[in-house]
Amino acid sequence: MGTFGGAYNTIAFDANKCDGCGDCMTACATAKVGVGDTARSRIQIVGSADDGFELALCRQCADPKCVTVCPAAALTKNSASGVIDWNGDKCVDCLLCTVGCAYAGIALDAGTGHVAKCDTCDGAPACVPACPHDALTYITTSRIYNEVGDWEDLFAPGLAGCQGCNTELLMRHTLRRTGPETVLATPPGCVPGMGSVGFNGTTGTKVPVFHPLLTNTAAMLAGVKRQYKRVGREVLALAIAGDGGASDVGFQSLSGAAERNEQILFMVVDNEGYMNTGMQRSSCTPYGAWTSTTPVGQGTGSGGMPSQGKTQDAKNLPLIMVNHRCEYVATASTAYMEDLYDKLDKAIAASKRGFAYLHVYSPCTTGWRFPTDQNMEVARKAVETNFVMLWEYNPADGLHFTRPVDDPLPVTEYLKAMGRFRHLSEDQISHIQGKVVENLAFVKQMAHVAKA
Amino acid sequence: MEQTKYLVVGSSHAALEAVTAIRMHDPEGSLTLLTRDPHLPYSPTVLPYVVSGRSAPDGIFLRDEKFFATLGVQLKRGTALKALHVERNAAELADGSEIAYEKVLLATGASPAIPPIPGLDQVAYHVLRTLDDATKLNAAIKNSKRAVVMGAGLVGMHAAENLVKAGAKVTIVEMAKQLTDGYFDATAAGLIAKAFTDNGATILTGSRVVKLASSAIGALLTLENGTTLEADLLLVATGVKPNMEYLAGSQVEHDRGILVSDTMQTSVANVWSAGDCAQAKGFYTDAKIMNAILPDATEQGRIAGMAMAEDPGLKKYPGGVPLNTYHFFGRHAISVGSSKVPEGGEVVTRFDEASGRYLKAIFSADNRLTGIYGVNEFFDGGVMCQLILRRIDLSPVKGRFLAEPMKVGREIMSKTWR
Ligand SMILES: Cc1cc2nc3c(=O)[nH]c(=O)nc-3n(C[C@H](O)[C@H](O)[C@H](O)COP(=O)(O)OP(=O)(O)OC[C@H]3O[C@@H](n4cnc5c(N)ncnc54)[C@H](O)[C@@H]3O)c2cc1C
Ligand code: SF4
Repeated sequence: MGTFGGAYNTIAFDANKCDGCGDCMTACATAKVGVGDTARSRIQIVGSADDGFELALCRQCADPKCVTVCPAAALTKNSASGVIDWNGDKCVDCLLCTVGCAYAGIALDAGTGHVAKCDTCDGAPACVPACPHDALTYITTSRIYNEVGDWEDLFAPGLAGCQGCNTELLMRHTLRRTGPETVLATPPGCVPGMGSVGFNGTTGTKVPVFHPLLTNTAAMLAGVKRQYKRVGREVLALAIAGDGGASDVGFQSLSGAAERNEQILFMVVDNEGYMNTGMQRSSCTPYGAWTSTTPVGQGTGSGGMPSQGKTQDAKNLPLIMVNHRCEYVATASTAYMEDLYDKLDKAIAASKRGFAYLHVYSPCTTGWRFPTDQNMEVARKAVETNFVMLWEYNPADGLHFTRPVDDPLPVTEYLKAMGRFRHLSEDQISHIQGKVVENLAFVKQMAHVAKA
Repeated sequence: MEQTKYLVVGSSHAALEAVTAIRMHDPEGSLTLLTRDPHLPYSPTVLPYVVSGRSAPDGIFLRDEKFFATLGVQLKRGTALKALHVERNAAELADGSEIAYEKVLLATGASPAIPPIPGLDQVAYHVLRTLDDATKLNAAIKNSKRAVVMGAGLVGMHAAENLVKAGAKVTIVEMAKQLTDGYFDATAAGLIAKAFTDNGATILTGSRVVKLASSAIGALLTLENGTTLEADLLLVATGVKPNMEYLAGSQVEHDRGILVSDTMQTSVANVWSAGDCAQAKGFYTDAKIMNAILPDATEQGRIAGMAMAEDPGLKKYPGGVPLNTYHFFGRHAISVGSSKVPEGGEVVTRFDEASGRYLKAIFSADNRLTGIYGVNEFFDGGVMCQLILRRIDLSPVKGRFLAEPMKVGREIMSKTWR
């Protein structure tokens, strides 16, 4: 369990997807009492087609009322699973718990004469897979919190990242996961800039770290990895590079290492520009975005022309990497930690066989101009609008979406979350929306081709 | 003299909730819990099941020593508060020693009220409030052939059922015109009474015991109308009185119970009280009432603990709502809210004789639920309580609500306070 106490898995319900079919109730009653009588299900779908469907289900409260009112010590919060356990040997059928709970989470099962409540089927809830519309999901993100809390943070405390920096969050998580047997390469950018490579002869990282040039990161790291192999030591060769260092000047060495299938894990932290040196545009900067080299205003453009942000579309680096047929290529976002950790695990495994590439979208509070507490919201909106798509690729299975967004929000929901798009004209917005649609179609096509 | 930041007196529901609430906000401040009971914390509510043998006496404890050690709480069992000296912030204990406190919570609950009937002090009788009472009664029912239970409240009814099941011939004597008065109406009480008489018990409502004397087998009771009853086991369950003798001569204001504000503070600033010994505002009236039920003890205990620890999340007490659940001979009865019909209000009942299902709902003139009662008709008491506390307008769904209170209650819950 993590340093700050446990986090728990939970059953989540999306009312918009529920059509009231009741399959979850049948599954629950069947699993728990052996008959499909929905009245005896511990998950209760209530409501109507006109009014929408909702849920009555034990919330496994952190501060459970049912436990406090039980006179028989029959209900307890299980600190390992988070579930409120009911002990039938102690229960005296007094029903006080049903009066204590304001959510109908524990109720009388007329079939047995005892109270009954959801116990999440010991971590494999029968209701979840039974839902034909994916309205129920079993959220297991807590695993990350509980496990990661015990892993060592391999960066020094007090790195000088901006307040609310997503990149710092990402690199700390990544190194926690890769562990101490890692050699880190980090070219000029925010990662070394905030102090991970050290000051005055001391290092900010608790594993060997080096600071290659923007241009030669992948080449240098590949050499370092080969030398470790030669001396018989198993290490993870990891690069954490910015989008500038990967997609622009660093691209030739990156492409070369991928083509040679070097056994390294190359992570790109894509904050869509050279943020560390003053927020210049990179080839990953999206169309329309303000940067210090794609300014906004009268007479700020070349030859004193009016300018409205970047006039070219972003390069899609991860798709280019797919075309190297790497062992593993994936896109990820810190707003979807479960997905990110899943991909980290796969990328680490793939890097033992050959080249693994992870492209993580990393909103930048300073360069993108949004409040420092909005990082996750911006990252989430990027995915919810399909501005950013989460997918993975390997040569055997091809490309597939890991978090498909069936019902994307209009891209304006993402654009308006930050200052760098504030100036956009209607035309520019429709250009961006058009690109989102086009990119989606393109990646879908690749997913389709891969399947065939 | 021993010193503590927080002193909590009592070790039952109100006290335990207060301890948890204090520790949520103040993990460090010294905290001492005293109880006159020699055992680990347990609930009086579970005792009927100790009497029947269903619950093992060592399986009912609500907390263990480790719980208190982990929270840094000093637990003193078998230590009674004798007097509270608020002028010098000191608690005087039964052995004469004193503990100095910064803040004190009085959560001393209640004890059986013993009616002043001539001769009662001359005979052996049982009461049921502590674990020791329950283990004694558990041993006694096995040998009882003719038992008398004085008082047909829930405590008396629970014990009477145990005696019936143990094979005794049981007579229940109740002063009021019906049993379980205050919680259930005449129809519900009739259903309960029938279950008892079907199982061989005798119920004498509207009867008063006027005299007792010892007899060859135990006690001889004389009723108001002259009849006599003999009992080898006598249980007195005629109600409870709050434990507050330690306030004799103190400045802490008390009436039927210890008077508290809506943050459970007494008339003395650093003294709080919660649970069965406290007299706090009612939900239906601003007058201060006794609402001696378990859920209210936990609620008040939590509020008191938060207030004592100065937790900014503190929410004021909304006022006591009567609630109860009652299990008898495999059937159940639930009551939530007031049985009083508000002016211009409406009472709706539904009774199915064949199944014994009974429902009664009371609404205010503007269609807010004020009380709901069911026998063999299950609904979520916690949801109903919220409908009452939140004064939710039920006009649009009233018909459906009466037909299916559980279903409609859940629908409203899922849309309103989920
Ligand atoms: C048989 C029975 C059945 C019940 N059934 C129900 C039911 O079904 N539903 C319901 O809601 N309620 C029921 N109740 C009532 C319920 O148990 C009480 O409302 C609840 O226990 C009140 O909790 P409390 O913490 O206020 O006080 P109590 O539980 O009375 O605890 C008081 C505590 O204070 C201690 N104490 C008392 N005086 C002193 C002193 N001078 N010094 C130190 N310590 C002291 C006691 O040892 C005890 O630890 C029942 C009660 C009984 C007896
Ligand atoms: S019904 Fe059982 S679990 Fe619920 S409060 Fe009573 S004893 Fe506890």
